[in-house]
Amino acid sequence: MSDPRLHYRAPLLRTPFHPRIAEANVLNQWGAWAGYTTALALQDEEMEYTAIRNGASLYDLCPMVKYRIMGPQAAEYLGRLTLRDVVRQPVGTVRYTAWCDDAGKVLDDGTLFRLAEAEFMLCCQERHLPWLLDAASGFDVAIAEITEAVAALSLQGPCSASVLRAAGLDVSALKPFAVTRQEFAGTTLTLSRTGFTGDLGYELWLAPEAALPLWDGLMAAGAPWGIRPIGSNALNLARIEAGFIIANADFVPAEQALREDRPRSPFEIGLDWMIDWQKGHFNGRRALLAERDGQTSRWALVALDIEGNVPAEGALLYHGKTREVGHITAAAWSPATKRNVALASLRRPWDRTAADDLWAEVYALRELHYVKLMLRARITERPFFAPARRRATPPEDF
Amino acid sequence: MPSSDAIVIGGGPNGLAAAARLAASGRRVTLCEAGAVAGGGAVTAEFAPGYRVSGLAHLLGHLDARVIAGMELERHGLAFAATGLATTAVSATGDHLRLEGAAGARLTGRIAPEDVLAWDRLRSRLMAFAAALAPMRAMAPPRLARGAANEMLRLARVGLGLRRLGRDEFREFLRMILINVADVAEDELSDDRLGGLLAFDATLGAWLGPRSPNSLILYLDRLAGGMAGQQAALALPKGGMGTVAAAMARGAEAKGVVLRTGARVARILVEDGRALGVALADGEEIRADLVVSAIGPKATLAGLVGPRHLDTGFLRQTAAIRARGGAAKLHLALTGLPDFRGADPKTRLVIAPSVNAVEAAFNPVKYGEVPDRPVMEAILPSAHEDGFAPGGHHVLSAIVQFAPHAPKDGADQARALMLERSLAVLEDHAPGLGALIAHAEMLMPQDIAARHGMVGGAWHHADLAVEQMLFLRPFAAVAQYRTPVAGLWLGGAGCHPGGHVSGAAGWNAAGAILAEGGR
Ligand SMILES: Cc1cc2nc3c(=O)[nH]c(=O)nc-3n(C[C@H](O)[C@H](O)[C@H](O)COP(=O)(O)OP(=O)(O)OC[C@H]3O[C@@H](n4cnc5c(N)ncnc54)[C@H](O)[C@@H]3O)c2cc1C
Repeated sequence: MSDPRLHYRAPLLRTPFHPRIAEANVLNQWGAWAGYTTALALQDEEMEYTAIRNGASLYDLCPMVKYRIMGPQAAEYLGRLTLRDVVRQPVGTVRYTAWCDDAGKVLDDGTLFRLAEAEFMLCCQERHLPWLLDAASGFDVAIAEITEAVAALSLQGPCSASVLRAAGLDVSALKPFAVTRQEFAGTTLTLSRTGFTGDLGYELWLAPEAALPLWDGLMAAGAPWGIRPIGSNALNLARIEAGFIIANADFVPAEQALREDRPRSPFEIGLDWMIDWQKGHFNGRRALLAERDGQTSRWALVALDIEGNVPAEGALLYHGKTREVGHITAAAWSPATKRNVALASLRRPWDRTAADDLWAEVYALRELHYVKLMLRARITERPFFAPARRRATPPEDF
Repeated sequence: MPSSDAIVIGGGPNGLAAAARLAASGRRVTLCEAGAVAGGGAVTAEFAPGYRVSGLAHLLGHLDARVIAGMELERHGLAFAATGLATTAVSATGDHLRLEGAAGARLTGRIAPEDVLAWDRLRSRLMAFAAALAPMRAMAPPRLARGAANEMLRLARVGLGLRRLGRDEFREFLRMILINVADVAEDELSDDRLGGLLAFDATLGAWLGPRSPNSLILYLDRLAGGMAGQQAALALPKGGMGTVAAAMARGAEAKGVVLRTGARVARILVEDGRALGVALADGEEIRADLVVSAIGPKATLAGLVGPRHLDTGFLRQTAAIRARGGAAKLHLALTGLPDFRGADPKTRLVIAPSVNAVEAAFNPVKYGEVPDRPVMEAILPSAHEDGFAPGGHHVLSAIVQFAPHAPKDGADQARALMLERSLAVLEDHAPGLGALIAHAEMLMPQDIAARHGMVGGAWHHADLAVEQMLFLRPFAAVAQYRTPVAGLWLGGAGCHPGGHVSGAAGWNAAGAILAEGGR
C-alpha cells in the first residue's frame, strides 16, 4: 500500500488493533467507520452490552478523527473556533465541545483535550482540516490531522479502573474529564477518564506500534472481570442510554447538509449550554446571538419515553396523532432502565406544547409484515441512565 | 464620549464622497487619509523636474453627477480643459479614424459608408442598453434574499427602462448582455480600427481580454457613465486629476468634514462585534460609532478588522476576492510635441489596431509575461493647457495594457521590458517620439499598489467582472455596503458600482447608511 494510486485495492483501512479484533470477531460482522473496517458485533451483542454495564469492555476507537493543535495561541484559537471558553480550560482536562459555521449551525461536536499549556487534541466524527486551517488565519498555531498517528482504545465499564490497576496503571486519582500520561510497557500512554457510555470508563491514546501489546495486556489483566471486546452496536445502545448525540445520526453536520432545514444550531440539539458569550468573538457568534435574542430556534432535541417495548427508530412524531411535529433520531429498548427510550428532533414549540399529546408512528416488522403502531411518547429527562459510579473519585473497587 | 460621529478611512474619490454626504446630514465626520494629500487615484504629480502629469487616473468618464452637485465641485474648483473629448483610433500608417461626440457619435477618416452604418447601428443599440442600466449605478444593489428591503422604486425604473427598449431590442439585450466583446465586434463590424477600439475600451482597467467571457458588459458599464450631462462622454480636468481631488477635498471640508492627511489607519477597533473607531499607525485612537472604509474590501476586512473578529466562512470569501491590476501607467517628459502621423494631439489617442491585437496583448499576462505589442490610451495634457511642462515641452500620459501583476521574471525586469516595448509601439505610431524623451516613468501594477495602496494595482480595488458585480460585489454578504461588524461599512471602489474617479460607491454607501438611521 505504499503506492497511493493503489488505494482502491483496500477501500477500507484496518486499524492497529485489527489483528486481535478479527480473531475475536466470530460473527464476522463489520461496518465502515470513517474509512476503516470496524466490528459491529463480535460474538454476542447482549453480552457485549453487559460487559459495558457490568464488567469491562474494550472498544477500538482508532477511526475517531483526531487533530493536534499546538502553538502559543492554540487556546485562543480554539476559543475562536468552538463554543466554549478554552483559555480557562485547565491543562490535563477534557471538554465536550462543538463548533459552528457562520450561520451558527453545528459543524460537529467532539472532545477537546488540553495536554499542555500550548498543546491540544481535538477528537470528532467528521473531517474538518480545511475549516480548522482557515479558521486559524491570524493565530500562531500549527494544526495537523493525527488520526493515523494515534491509536485509541476505549475501556469502559464499572470494573475498568480495576482492570487498569491490574495492568499496572494507577488511575485512582483521575477525575472525570481529566487526562494524564503514564508509562506502559516502555511507551507513554495518554489516559483520559472519558467515554461514550455514560459509565465509568477510560480512553487510552498511544502510538500505533504499541497497540497490540496494550490490547494483550488489558485482555490478560481484565480476564478476572470478564473483559470483552465489543462492537459498535453495543456501544450505540450504551450511548443512547447515556443520552449522547452523534453527528450524522442525531444531526447532520452543516457542511454536509443539502436541504435548507437540516442544519441545526446548538440551541436546536441541546448544546446551547456550551456557548460562552463573554469570551469574545467565536465562529457563528453573530448568528447565534440573533437566534438567542430573536428566539428563532426552530427545533429542539428531546428525550422520550415511548410506551411498549418496540424500539421507535426513525419514527415520525405527531401531535394529536395527526400533525407531524418531528422525528426520532435514535431509539432503543434500554436494558439498564427497562424503558423504551428515544432521542428526537422536535419542531418548536411542540417540545413544550405537545407534551401531553405526542405520538410516535412506528412500523414494527412482524414476520415480513409491517404493523403500524401509534405509540404514546412522553418527554423526559436526559440522560436516561446515569449511575453514580461514573463520577466517583477514586472509582469504586468492583 | 466619541470624538466624531463617523470616521471615513481613505481619502480617494469614494472616501471623500461618502464623508461629504454623511457630513451634509449633520454628522461630525473625520476622514483619515494615509497620504500627504487627499485624492487617492486622482492626483497631479511631478514625475520629473518641471514635468507634471495626472499620476494615475487621467480622464474623467464617470464622475457622478450626484457627487458634483452634492459637493458643489464646480464652486470648489472643478473645471475642464476639454469635455466631449474626441478619440483617434491611431493607425501606424496614418490612416486614422477620428471619433467625435460621446463614444463616437460621428466618424471622420477614410471609412466605407457601410462600416459607418454598421457602427452607428451598434453604437446606438449599446448606448440604449447602457442607458437602461445606468440607474443601477446610483443605488445599492438589490438583495436576493426573501423579504429583503430593496430600493423597489429604483429597481422598477431599471425594469421599466429595459421594457422601453421594446420586445425585439430586449431580446437582443438578453442575447448580448453576457457575451464577449470580440464576438460582437466581429459580428457587427468589419473595420479593424473600430473593432480594436471597442475591444480596448471594453477591457480598459479590467483583467480580461476581449475574448474572455462577459467582456461586453464592461463596455456597457463604460457607456453608462458620462460627463457634463452627456452619456458616455469623456472629459479632461483642468490642471489634471489633482484639481478634481482638490475640489472634492474642499467640497467635503465645506460640509464640515475634518480632513486628516498623513493619518494611516492601522486597525479598526472592534469590541463585542461592533466597530468603535480606528487606531492610527502612530498609535492614536479615534472613536466613533460609525466607520466607513473606502479602501479595498480585502485590506479592510482581512487587514484592518483582522480575522479574529470575522467568521471563517466570511474570511474565506474575503480571501477569494479577486483583485488583479492589468493596467500600467506611462509618463513621458518630452522636449517637443510628438507627431502621431498627423493625428490631433488634443484627442484621446488609442493604439489598438484590431481585436486580435488587444487579445494578443492580454494573453502573456496570464503567464506573468510582458506583451510584445502593448495596447494603450495616450493623452497629451500639455497640448490643451500650460502648466504641465516647461515652455514648448510636453508630457504624455498613457495607460498601457496589459501588464503582468505578478511578473514571473521579477518586477524590475518586467518594468524595463514594458517600457521598452511601449516606447517601440509609440515610435511606430509617432516616428521620432523616442528622440524627444527627456524622462520616462513606467508604473507597473505592483508599483501602483505600493504607491496608492490598491491591492494588486487593481483599477477597481476588486476585479470588475460579472462574478463580482452588483449583488456579488465584492461578494454577496457585503454587497449592500454593510459588513457583519456592526457600525462598519464599506464604501470604496471594491463595492458597487466599482471604481473610476467617480465617488458613486462612496455616495451610495453613505445613502445606505443614512437609510438605516446612520449606524
Ligand atoms: C493604471 C490606472 C489608470 C487609471 N485611470 C483612470 C482614469 O483615467 N479614469 C478614471 O476614472 N479612473 C482611472 N483609474 C481608476 C481609479 O483610479 C480608481 O478606480 C479610483 O481611484 C478609486 O477610487 P477610491 O476612492 O475607491 O479609492 P482610491 O482612489 O484608491 O483611494 C483610496 C485612498 O485610501 C488611502 N488609504 C489606503 N490605505 C489607507 C489606510 N490604511 N489608512 C488611511 N488611508 C488609506 C489611499 O492613500 C488613497 O488615497 C485608473 C486606475 C489605474 C490602476
